[in-house]
Amino acid sequence: MEEYPGYPEEMWDSLRMVEETRDERIGKTYPRMSEEERERILREWHPDYKEGAKRPLRIGPSKGMMVPHEVADILEAHPLITPDMIDLSEIDYDVDILIIGAGGAGLSAALIASEHIDKEGILLVQKLRLGDSNSKMSQGGIQAALGPDDSPVLHFLDIMGGGHFANNPELVEILVKEAPDVIKWHQSLGVLYDRNPDGSIKLSPGGGTCRRRMLSCKDYTGLEITRVLLDEFLNREIPYLEFTCAVELLTDESGQVVGSVLYDLDSDEYLIARAKSTILATGGYGRLHIQGFETTNHYGATGDGIVLAYHVGAELRDLDATQYHPTGAAWPEQIVGQLCTEKLRGRGAQPVNRLGELFVNPLEPRDVEAAAIIRECYGRELGVTTPTGMRGVWLDTPLIDIINGEGTIEREFAAMYRTFKRFDIDIRKEPILVFPTLHYQNGGVVINARCETTVPGLYAAGEVSGGVHGKNRLMGNSQLELYVFGRRAGRFAAERAKRVNVGKPTLKHVERYERWLREAGIETDRRAPILLPEYRGKKTLEHHIRLL
Amino acid sequence: MEKEGKMVTIYVMGKKHRVPAGLTIMKAMEYAGYQLRRGVGCRGGFCGACATLYRVKGSYKLQAALACQKVVEDGMYIVQIPFTPAEKKLYDIEKIRPTPNVFVEHFPEITRCLSCNTCTKACPQDLMVMDYVQAALRGDIEKVVELSFDCIACGLCAIRCPAEIVPYQVAQLARRLYSKYILGLSEEVEKRVAEVEEGKFDEELEQLKRLPPEELRKRYESREIRV
Ligand SMILES: Cc1cc2nc3c(=O)[nH]c(=O)nc-3n(C[C@H](O)[C@H](O)[C@H](O)COP(=O)(O)OP(=O)(O)OC[C@H]3O[C@@H](n4cnc5c(N)ncnc54)[C@H](O)[C@@H]3O)c2cc1C
Ligand code: FES
Repeated sequence: MEEYPGYPEEMWDSLRMVEETRDERIGKTYPRMSEEERERILREWHPDYKEGAKRPLRIGPSKGMMVPHEVADILEAHPLITPDMIDLSEIDYDVDILIIGAGGAGLSAALIASEHIDKEGILLVQKLRLGDSNSKMSQGGIQAALGPDDSPVLHFLDIMGGGHFANNPELVEILVKEAPDVIKWHQSLGVLYDRNPDGSIKLSPGGGTCRRRMLSCKDYTGLEITRVLLDEFLNREIPYLEFTCAVELLTDESGQVVGSVLYDLDSDEYLIARAKSTILATGGYGRLHIQGFETTNHYGATGDGIVLAYHVGAELRDLDATQYHPTGAAWPEQIVGQLCTEKLRGRGAQPVNRLGELFVNPLEPRDVEAAAIIRECYGRELGVTTPTGMRGVWLDTPLIDIINGEGTIEREFAAMYRTFKRFDIDIRKEPILVFPTLHYQNGGVVINARCETTVPGLYAAGEVSGGVHGKNRLMGNSQLELYVFGRRAGRFAAERAKRVNVGKPTLKHVERYERWLREAGIETDRRAPILLPEYRGKKTLEHHIRLL
Repeated sequence: MEKEGKMVTIYVMGKKHRVPAGLTIMKAMEYAGYQLRRGVGCRGGFCGACATLYRVKGSYKLQAALACQKVVEDGMYIVQIPFTPAEKKLYDIEKIRPTPNVFVEHFPEITRCLSCNTCTKACPQDLMVMDYVQAALRGDIEKVVELSFDCIACGLCAIRCPAEIVPYQVAQLARRLYSKYILGLSEEVEKRVAEVEEGKFDEELEQLKRLPPEELRKRYESREIRV
């Protein structure tokens, strides 16, 4: 019998040390860092602070903003289409509201919009299958200040502090105040939140929260919420197109956004959708693999939304800050980069180094936690190296059952348990190897309380937008944001649709963008949005070499 | 552990490819040169977009898996089933109730269940699908919820069912009904919503919003942590 069948033999010594030190560690926690210590470790070890990883944008309304090269590359690229390729005289869909993206934000917008205008005036377009999105993948939970000793005020403080006070306080206030109502809305639609034996909602702590504030649906939180919204969306028969992407927005002579050019992924045709209000709900950019990091994100997370918005001149913010989730899988190779939810730490799993020693409080804000893990691996050389040269630290998951009682892992972390079991690792008995992974786009398109961007006619909600989380999002607040601002976008976009008239759609902004590129002396053959990541050819070959 | 550089042969819709051992079906297809448009979503076992049927050379057995989770085997014949042509039953959640007959009324085809267990064998999440279909027949809603919660609606059970049942839709209805009508709204949620509506937190939030950054930072750092 192999001791640890899911792990290569060279890791067994370290696994034994983790096991041997486990008893002593029970009940112990590593102290939290002071603010000065946090700032120092971020400067020294967080990928965002790495020299040479970013450059200032050379064009557009947010010119000068420092962004990762990978983001600059798609913003300083030629639009995918040129005006001469497209016949704008025939409009395929003439609607009140066009919603781009069917994750949590897009579905919420569609549901609420359908309560304000005739549903036949709505069109939702989705690049992949309905609901296939980051929203479905969220495991850990969603925040709402529900506890008797909690309040929206404390929630506000946590978010501002977690975001390094760079957040837009107006948006944060809305977020924390509408959180309880979002949960009520979910429950009335039939979302099943975890309950305590006495029937009350189960609340767990999360990184950077001062109270227990995390609601969950086992570790399938996003799946449960998304499938309910999706079921409701289908029941209401709101019009939609799947496998259809927005590739370029449309503007009229007054400069307002009036819909989008769509691209059918099956037939390679383009379609013209004209709309009085357009909502961007395209999610984030994990699949850009910033600084070569693996990612937790779904296949369609290619940052299309920020590109579309920038083309029409919408301002962006906080894109200098990227969220690396502290605990992505570092082993087995097949699932490297995939999320190991923060809730594991919330329920008692401790990060420990190769020697089985504690080195960081398990619930520091995400950026700090990630930096500490990187330092342990690359600064103190106390990580574990995998056969493919990747480094990681242990997340001691068996503690969860020890602390909370046998069966907790299977009950609360069914997804995690199942994922690792497929590769012969039993997380009830063995720790898992983790390393930070690219997780979340902290910044995005600037919005106000009505989800309006700086360009009339264009709304944004969800991960594509910026301002709510400042420079760093805390777990559970993104899920919350989707529904709070998705609903608002649906409502305000519907209001606008009732009062405005739109003109002839044009691609004038594309000509302007080309001019900006020319004037800035940018020569490139890159084109954006990129729509799908490229994993064939060179990249898959690299993967091959790394894997074996 | 696979040996250095070991390759295996797979057949994607009958076409032969040599791919590195150890890759998932999804990555193997990409390695072989497919740019996936359908049959791919989360890449992490959460969305069910990558439903796949396969058979290994020499075996008659048709097996089901998620392409993003299943590692390729030598001699695997693969076809992705990214779409299930199942009818979506429409209902108004405000009007429908969790009566013992609700499932049979909305999904009369469940009475045709042969208890053959093919659905359970097809489930890549290892759920007891047949058991929850049977529970639905009995009107045992709680059991349906318990057994189906981890369903990602990949559609493989429905594709394989000889009685043309669409189990995941039955389960979806069960979970919504259970949450909405049997558990109901949580008191603490309603209470907090009411407090927000009364404006209980407005003044304090207004104050915080107006605090100079240094003051706000102090408030943040001195807040009591009670988790
Ligand atoms: C693995 C994982 C775990 C997470 N866990 C948590 C958690 O526990 N708590 C929490 O609060 N947050 C969590 N998050 C973050 C949160 O889930 C996401 O930020 C959020 O779901 C984003 O929702 P969205 O609706 O903005 O975008 P998405 O859900 O990503 O949806 C965007 C949709 O738009 C589509 N799209 C993109 N471009 C185009 C285009 N050009 N045309 C048409 N359609 C397009 C995409 O295909 C996608 O379906 C997690 C994220 C991941 C990836
Ligand atoms: S791609 Fe989502 S389950 Fe496989």
